Amino acid sequence: MVAYTHPDADAVDLLFHALADRTRRDIVAVVLREEHSVSTLARRYPTSFQAIQKHVAVLERAGLVTKEARGRERLVRGDVDAIRRAQRLLDELEVVWRERIDRFGEALAGLDQGAEAWQ
Amino acid sequence: MAVTRIDRDAQALTMTVHAEFDAPLERVWQVWADPRQLERWWGPPTYPATVADHDLAVGGAVRYFMTGPEGDVHWGWWRIREVEPPRRLAFEDGFGEDPAAPAEGMPTMQVAVTLAERDGGGTAMAIASRFASAEAMEQLLAMGMEEGIRAAVGQIDALL
Repeated sequence: MVAYTHPDADAVDLLFHALADRTRRDIVAVVLREEHSVSTLARRYPTSFQAIQKHVAVLERAGLVTKEARGRERLVRGDVDAIRRAQRLLDELEVVWRERIDRFGEALAGLDQGAEAWQ
Repeated sequence: MAVTRIDRDAQALTMTVHAEFDAPLERVWQVWADPRQLERWWGPPTYPATVADHDLAVGGAVRYFMTGPEGDVHWGWWRIREVEPPRRLAFEDGFGEDPAAPAEGMPTMQVAVTLAERDGGGTAMAIASRFASAEAMEQLLAMGMEEGIRAAVGQIDALL
């Protein structure tokens, strides 16, 4: 009945930690569109090459990006499935509350109309 | 009407739902504070909630059960943390019969409701839900998902 699988809880912690940082979120957005080397990524941001390298490592551990050696370069690419998983978790909570608020509005309208509305 | 904005903060494991209603503050408060009104919206249509205890005081508890299509009964509770009628209600939201003995493996959430008069009339409502951990969020969402699927199936059944 339940079309839902539990991703490993530690993996989810890593996901949330990885996505909590603005620069890391931006890196993910950039490498989802097109693969980049760490050095071309580093040129996009005012921080050091080492800082970007660390951000990429955090994203890689969370499974949000993959790194692949090509020639002398290490190319970073976004992992669409991991992003979708994090999004889906929040989507599901959103659905639960949207449905509750719809019924809440109906209960409110019922108060206005009096008890006969519920017969 | 209803939901105007949803803010998500993945880092803090928090989601805040903002909604607006034309009804005045006191009336919107009643939909939370009156157990018969609460029963009309807390559970999905195929799992309607019945409120058994309703002590809306700090440290008090609201206990309810939801009855499924097969007569299956699922207990839940709120433990009240803050109550300032008609503007503020905060509680821990859990599963099981007794808030003093939370069901094992069933995570809880912290929920905070804030009501305010809207400029030009009506009421603005904000509901902040916070998960204790990413694991708790996973478990609760899995359960919510199940409820949602059952509710959708039930509504289709009703049309046939």
